Amino acid sequence: MIQYIYFYPKWLRIWHQINALMFLMLIITGLSMQYGIFGIRFDFAVSLHNVCGIILVFNYLLFMVGNLLSGNYKYYLLKFNNFFKELKAQFRFYCSGLFKGEKPPFPLSKERKFNPLQKLSYVVVMFVFMPIIILTGIAMLFPQLIINKILGIPGIVLTDLLHIIMGFLGSIFMIVHIYFCTIGMKPGASFKSILNGYQEFSE
Amino acid sequence: MKMNRCLLIIFFISFIFSFYRLSAKTNLLPGNIPDTSLIGNRYCLNCHANAFYLLLNNENGKVYKKMMCTNCLIDTSDFARCNHRKFQCISCHSDGFKIFPHSEKSRFEEIASCIECHSGDSVAVVYKFDLIEADYEKSVHATKHAENFSCWMCHDAHTYKVKATTIEYDNSICLSCHANTRRYNLILDKHNPNIIQKHDWLPNQRIHFQNVRCIECHARVNDSILVAHNIQPKSKAVKRCVECHSTNSLLRQTLYKYQSKEQISNNGFFNAVILNKSYVIGANRNYFLNVVSVVIFVIILLGIAIHIYLRTSKK
Repeated sequence: MIQYIYFYPKWLRIWHQINALMFLMLIITGLSMQYGIFGIRFDFAVSLHNVCGIILVFNYLLFMVGNLLSGNYKYYLLKFNNFFKELKAQFRFYCSGLFKGEKPPFPLSKERKFNPLQKLSYVVVMFVFMPIIILTGIAMLFPQLIINKILGIPGIVLTDLLHIIMGFLGSIFMIVHIYFCTIGMKPGASFKSILNGYQEFSE
Repeated sequence: MKMNRCLLIIFFISFIFSFYRLSAKTNLLPGNIPDTSLIGNRYCLNCHANAFYLLLNNENGKVYKKMMCTNCLIDTSDFARCNHRKFQCISCHSDGFKIFPHSEKSRFEEIASCIECHSGDSVAVVYKFDLIEADYEKSVHATKHAENFSCWMCHDAHTYKVKATTIEYDNSICLSCHANTRRYNLILDKHNPNIIQKHDWLPNQRIHFQNVRCIECHARVNDSILVAHNIQPKSKAVKRCVECHSTNSLLRQTLYKYQSKEQISNNGFFNAVILNKSYVIGANRNYFLNVVSVVIFVIILLGIAIHIYLRTSKK
């Protein structure tokens, strides 16, 4: 029997959709700025990248405030008891159990929104990648504020490299994230749930 | 017709008036400029801000109207905005110029270079004049043309604005000689090369000229000073696209900061942030990162493809 749990409140869905759209735009405009691809006019790509980046910053603030006020942050708290053991179990499930039709080791419920691997990846992306990409992005908007040299290397070069590395890792996360969303009861179930807020579960 | 008549009358009155003013102070034609006249520069500018000046021939008492040579002409509106606007002419020019007509000796006066006033200048310490001078000494201007070259060739003390952060202004400094045969011939006895033709090879020439300073390609980047002064010989000018559009991080060290500052001053803070154009295509490319990212990207896609295959084939 299929059960529906209201998993994603409205603010979270709004944040997620804006975040996804802005991230996609930033990847496209970022690649266009770097490689001159996609046929986007250069100055337009730069302006669009800046605007999307600024929206992303405000959206990130919405994410932080929303999590704190709604208590959603508890789903992101890492538990270090059996941390690696749980990761290993989830990893094993994705690499073999899933193909054999085994049940997931950490089924989602009201208490557990994310499996251990999911949780770790979200924490890394939202609390490590995002702050770095935001800070380096702001620094690139105001390059005159960046320290001239850090250990003999121009500060702007380091900032720039960090920004594109984080951008690249973020885009890899996005691809993997989208793919893993197809793993569920039905390939489209997770996409549907982030739109209407209800996650499907089998009893 | 009425208009023309009015203009004629105005011109006539102003001519008479200027003549009257000069002849009323007969000690000006010729003679000593009284020290009191040094309050402000009006006595010098009486002639040097006008297209004509009057010269009295002592022998026959006749006043001649002469054309002011363009090199000696001061644009008062530019002067009023320039960094040296509070200076008196005599602060830099020798006392010989107090005499009119100016003595022959005064024509050969050595004008102090920037460093002579600004070295150790606590107000101008931020501009690092000592580093600028050291950079300039290595430049082709200093090594090849030291005899005839001085700071003033590029930085006209009567118009120079250190905070004028526009690419057009900055490039006009170079073009004042390199696109002007008369000034170019002050240094070299040959025709100056045509800038447009010489840069024919440059793709999107107009966009480059509008958005990049000459020095980005023609000077060795020095990130310790705002504007590099080590102008390189043409053989060492940047010609490979990849030097700016790929790995030349040094370009970002100067142009990016410069443009960002310029846009904030031109467009205001918030507009500058959104319209910030402090990038060039591919400026953040790095060969190593390119290779690594492509490899990771391919591995991820392959991994997903294998995963999809295993998921679907076992069902």
